[in-house]
Amino acid sequence: MTKKTSTWSRRSFVAGGAAALAAPAILSSSRAYAANPVIKVGHVSPRTGPLAGFAEADDYVLDAISNAFSAGLENNGKAYTVEIISKDSQSNPNRAAEVAADLILGDEVDIIVAASTPDTVNPVSDQAEINEVPCITTDCPWQPYFFGRNGVPGEGFQNTYHFFWGLEDVIGAFLDMWDGSGVGKTVAGLFPNDADGNAWGDAELGLPKPLAEAGYNLIDPGRFQPLSDDFSNQIAEYKAAECEIVTGNMIAPDFATFWAQSAQQGFAPKVVTIGKALLFPSVIEALGDRGDGLSSEVWWSPNHPFSSSLTGASSKELADGYTTASGRPWTQPIGFKHALFEVVADVIKRAEDLEDPAAIVDAIASTNLDTITGNVNWANGPINNVTKTPLVAGQWQRDGNALDLKIVANSSAPNIPLTGELKLLS
Amino acid sequence: MEWVNAVVQGTLLGGLYALFAAGLSLIFGVMRLVNIAHGDLIVLGAYLGLSVTTLLGLHPIAALIVVVPAMALIGYILQRGILNQTLGKDILPPLLVTFGLSVIIQNALLETYSADPQKMNAGALETASVSIGSLSLGLLPVLTFGIAIVVIASLQWMFYRTSLGRAFRATSDNQEIAQLMGLNRRHIFGLAMALALGVTAIAGIMLGIRTSFDPSIGGGRLIFGFEAVIIGGLGNLWGTLIGGVILGVAQTIGAKIDPGWQLLAGHIAFLVILAVRPNGLFPRINE
Repeated sequence: MTKKTSTWSRRSFVAGGAAALAAPAILSSSRAYAANPVIKVGHVSPRTGPLAGFAEADDYVLDAISNAFSAGLENNGKAYTVEIISKDSQSNPNRAAEVAADLILGDEVDIIVAASTPDTVNPVSDQAEINEVPCITTDCPWQPYFFGRNGVPGEGFQNTYHFFWGLEDVIGAFLDMWDGSGVGKTVAGLFPNDADGNAWGDAELGLPKPLAEAGYNLIDPGRFQPLSDDFSNQIAEYKAAECEIVTGNMIAPDFATFWAQSAQQGFAPKVVTIGKALLFPSVIEALGDRGDGLSSEVWWSPNHPFSSSLTGASSKELADGYTTASGRPWTQPIGFKHALFEVVADVIKRAEDLEDPAAIVDAIASTNLDTITGNVNWANGPINNVTKTPLVAGQWQRDGNALDLKIVANSSAPNIPLTGELKLLS
Repeated sequence: MEWVNAVVQGTLLGGLYALFAAGLSLIFGVMRLVNIAHGDLIVLGAYLGLSVTTLLGLHPIAALIVVVPAMALIGYILQRGILNQTLGKDILPPLLVTFGLSVIIQNALLETYSADPQKMNAGALETASVSIGSLSLGLLPVLTFGIAIVVIASLQWMFYRTSLGRAFRATSDNQEIAQLMGLNRRHIFGLAMALALGVTAIAGIMLGIRTSFDPSIGGGRLIFGFEAVIIGGLGNLWGTLIGGVILGVAQTIGAKIDPGWQLLAGHIAFLVILAVRPNGLFPRINE
């Protein structure tokens, strides 16, 4: 706020600074513009709070994107400077809506983007929809995105577009993995009473129906509250039913409680495939030796045969770059965060008129771009405003000193190579 | 047999809740301070435990030797440096200050340790169990329950059998008169907070072995601590243990009926007791 009192406002400083930086490039191409027009991109992400793990690579990804954008982007023969304004949702949906409104009304962004779970994606998309600002989101299964926002199939939304995978892909990937394992077909289901747990456990749209069709017997004691301290009742039920597979969607602390209690109570399943809780290497490391052999869905990995349309970096280069820059292992959201800005760049280049939000929305809708997470093309979507990227299944296996997520089932996306074979836990 | 199992597991869980609550009960008993930051202090204890185990290569239980005095020192400084300034006739300032403290601790932990869920590795202790008949009791829950009993028994002994305990009770009864009798109220409060955070450190370490933790989970733990204190009766330490056990058993029985009832059953048990006996089951504080 204090900046506004100076004669040099932040806006003119950024525009002027960017122009000064870009001047040599412009001069060499003999286009003598005094200053490039600026396209503002708002970015909402859970930098702090329980979801912060999803956003841990934000700085790394945004730095790379800013570098790629530093020369400006060309639209209809005119160079534009791209300014990214990033705000923290604090992992809180109300806060996410607030900062989204702030970006739209205060910073007057031209495009807004968001990623990481329904708690970030949905409120930001809703704000964009109300205020008619083009919006692109990712990193949230499409059912909670679409139905969570009361989307009507066939109608969809005006200004908001989403790319990720859906529950049907998770179910497919899990079944693919279990089918090859030869274990008993009695499955223990652990579904918490939250947006994800209810969607996964839903009798019609969730796991129960397709599992039954594939010949699996799902033991589902019912929804439990997240952050429960005791799972002895569920474990007793699974033991009685002689479950050999455990699946569900949990947060990391609940899984840790469940997994330790399982050992105490003598419940030893052969395959444990859990969504969400087992995504991050840090969680698996925290489980010690008991983390070896757990399995999860894989949205993106360094072995995915895709590369960035923006920087040309391969998946491996992007992941290794993060490890070098931060000293931390790669995580799955890195690829999607990068891809989000690939789509933004592509849209800015293609839009017929960047001054007109409707033209930007048209450009989003007609996207057909090979990103680092796979092809993004809303014409192929399973439902309005949604398109899908490939999903496979993986298992954490000890590889030297560290645990590595090996891809062990890929029938839905054979172009993503297998890097290991499923090992049974007991 | 399944019901017996539910009750037994719930009782053992109650030991953990009693550890969460003991520090709260102590602080409230001595200085009528409601510590909103208690849950985050538990998490702080867990993180200190984690640092000690990784730096010194100690077993988490052995890390208590370092973490308990460290937390006690933090407690003393915290009380004398900040919380003593807020205590007075009005109960609102300490509430607000501890609330602010809760936010500060959470964010400081986030900055220092990142949002990664962490867990302390206690080796075989985590998965070991003993069988009694057809019941299988995890060694860790049994140990937690045992520690809770020892902690509460020692606090009780300290309160009623030592001169420090007499000083606590005197200050609790009437601060001005205690001051006239030559007790330094500020120092006594500092010691009480030190003791409370020492217990909190134990709670944090037991929590950190039982499950994984991250900087944001403190708030969720605070509510169980509060409920155990209130069920048991304000200011009664053994009551706090019983309160914890009631809460734990209500949760596992609830979960036996339907997993969705687990936390709700605990809260309902709490509400029923609050409605029937607003002072809790065994209140010590009548005035």
